[in-house]
Amino acid sequence: MKIMVTVKRVIDYAVKIRVKPDKTGVVTQNVKMSMNPFCEIALEEALRIRESGLASEVVAVSMGPSQCVDTLRTGLAMGADRGIHVEANDSMYPLFVAKILKKLVEIEKPGLLILGKQAIDDDCNQTGQMVAGLLNWPQGTFASKVVLDKEKQVATVDREVDDGIETLCLNLPAVITTDLRLNQPRYATLPNIMKAKSKPIKKFTPKELNVDIKPDLEIVEVTEPPKRKSGVLVFSVDELIEKLKHEANVI
Amino acid sequence: MFKLSSLLFKSKSKSKNALTIIRTFNNLQPCNASTHANSRVPISRNFCTAPERDSIEYDVVIVGAGPAGLSAAIRLKQLCRENDTDLSVCVLEKGSEVGAHILSGNVFEPRALDELLPQWKQQEAPISTPVSSDKFWFLTKNRAISLPSPFDNKGNYVISLSQLVRWMGAKAEELGVEIYPGFAASEILYDSDNKVIGIGTNDMGISKDGSKKETFQRGVEVKGQITLLSEGCRGSLSEQIMKKYNLREKGGAEHQTYALGIKEVWEIDEEKHQPGAVLHTLGWPLDHKTYGGSFLYHMKDRQISLGLVVALNYQNPFMNPYEEFQKFKHHPAIKPFLEGGTVIQYGARTLNEGGFQSVPYPVFPGGAIVGCSAGFLNVPKIKGTHTAMKSGMLAAEAAFGVFNEGLDMNTYWDALRNSWIWEELYKSRNYRPAFKYGLIPGLALSGLEHYILKGRHPITLKHGKPDHEATNAAELHSPIHYPKPDGVFSFDVPTSLHRSNTNHEHDQPPHLRLRDPKIPELTNLPVFAAPESRYCPARVYE
Repeated sequence: MKIMVTVKRVIDYAVKIRVKPDKTGVVTQNVKMSMNPFCEIALEEALRIRESGLASEVVAVSMGPSQCVDTLRTGLAMGADRGIHVEANDSMYPLFVAKILKKLVEIEKPGLLILGKQAIDDDCNQTGQMVAGLLNWPQGTFASKVVLDKEKQVATVDREVDDGIETLCLNLPAVITTDLRLNQPRYATLPNIMKAKSKPIKKFTPKELNVDIKPDLEIVEVTEPPKRKSGVLVFSVDELIEKLKHEANVI
Repeated sequence: MFKLSSLLFKSKSKSKNALTIIRTFNNLQPCNASTHANSRVPISRNFCTAPERDSIEYDVVIVGAGPAGLSAAIRLKQLCRENDTDLSVCVLEKGSEVGAHILSGNVFEPRALDELLPQWKQQEAPISTPVSSDKFWFLTKNRAISLPSPFDNKGNYVISLSQLVRWMGAKAEELGVEIYPGFAASEILYDSDNKVIGIGTNDMGISKDGSKKETFQRGVEVKGQITLLSEGCRGSLSEQIMKKYNLREKGGAEHQTYALGIKEVWEIDEEKHQPGAVLHTLGWPLDHKTYGGSFLYHMKDRQISLGLVVALNYQNPFMNPYEEFQKFKHHPAIKPFLEGGTVIQYGARTLNEGGFQSVPYPVFPGGAIVGCSAGFLNVPKIKGTHTAMKSGMLAAEAAFGVFNEGLDMNTYWDALRNSWIWEELYKSRNYRPAFKYGLIPGLALSGLEHYILKGRHPITLKHGKPDHEATNAAELHSPIHYPKPDGVFSFDVPTSLHRSNTNHEHDQPPHLRLRDPKIPELTNLPVFAAPESRYCPARVYE
């Protein structure tokens, strides 16, 4: 069985983000970019499944400008067998990513599609769900545990939901999106990074895949969140109620 | 993925290189957690008898992807092309990407770059802001007295060194150099004849108590016929090598002296911004016994870099270089630049100030030391990038001679002494040592040297005491009261640290290991009033 994993190139999680002076977005020039942490977890899970003998190949997919190849190389260094780069210079909104993934799935025919639950730059949390809908595949999102049963061709997924853990059993092929506690991604070792240079990366464009990625969303403005106001000490319950009523407007 | 995260493009991280504390390396021993009763730091970071490490071989291994290391790498590949041959060159960089750990002022003299990559302008090197003005002020608490500028920055540029290094990294890769960021060279490999045969990278995935985590990965051995160490000021491996092969004595060198540079990058008001403007100050907030000064350089895009450099042979153990820098920003001549601006980045780094007198013999069996690890910074010019780059180039030429003509690396030492590096360092050798007599005598002697003597005389002043011996006991001084940070111009250390984007995974062994954990309690505290709580700009000693 083949596993397809998506990896997104995002601003590194530790970078202190700044909004561009023209408010059209955040500063990305000369800023460190890395693989989305949830994508790392997704890839790690795929690698573990392959290492346990339940899958034969792990294919990493990334969409975006040419630098995405760096992210793919990191994925290959972690252990993915092949990479696919869909080159596109426009913003990749979840619906387009989902549509492109659908086409790639039709080409590659994986038994499992694993994505990170969301990207840390846009926090959309939509792609996995959308692609499952487009493919009409079952989905197990926010996975904190994944167990595959090859004979029965099902995946048992523990999902982290608001009121606890929900366990679902999905018929393969299925879409799984990973949450933080699923696993600890491995380090890419130096020898693996060197080997990754010779692993193949196939290129596509959205046009070749017959997907129209004209944006249907327009970013109007990006601003910094309002600065946190300092707290105020109150000296009586009446004062507290008065402030809650008239200043905070919550009661 | 190595969890050492990187920083925004301008300023880089702080070095944790303390003066009196040196890392010791333990050989493989049976696993055990911390056993020392009084120590908060496990002194034995041991790993269980580990499986053999993978070994990768190159012709040349370079430690550190900085100006010196990358210049050496590029020069090697150029020589290969000129001579229709090839050498495998590997550069290891501990930062998460090339340029991540680079921090410098920087007013750049393109002399070495012109020699290395004469087409740098056409190749779009990030060097675009020529120096437009050069000011030099003497500060008192409330005034700024303009002095004639001792610098000649015509033809120089205000740059971000980390951006330049990143560009150089790309150029090196184009030539076929293999660069691996995220891997620190943590030990030196020797053969049975005590010759250096390469380095070992660190094991990853070790938890705080030294045990292996789920993500444990053994380091690898990267072997090279020649190993070049370009780790920057006080590089860990370089210091080990210099000690092992007595390179200081061999070169007839004095001890190295250091300064601490603390820097911030600000985005300021359009009207206040003059691209290419260069300002240096002397005097306040430092007293006349403390050598140091500040810099304020206008880069492009409304950004300025400003900082304070303090020589580490300061006498008052109560001095806090970080706080002095915060104080400096409030000076009535400096504050106006920052009004209406936002601080974007923070970082700190040590620099060499030893110059000519402190250059060790830079060749050892199996390799050589280049750049600030040896120490080629021209102190009165406050520039070390061009000399570091040139030293890398010379080492590369010597290394190429080893492979191509069977020469030995000692030709590097000869080449150094015949190069403009030596000329520059020799001419400027007495400026810094003159300040051991105090600020005014120092200025007077510097003036004499600069305008009249120009180093053309046989006298070479010696340095004063080594930095760590210059610290006086606390009883001889009184505590300095530092104003509280106002959050607009001055900030506390945690805020600044957060801004520096330095992020280390918490569950790993501490980077610093004390030679004797009892010293802080028995000596630092009673005699010097715990200066480590004040001298680190990242507050690593808590």
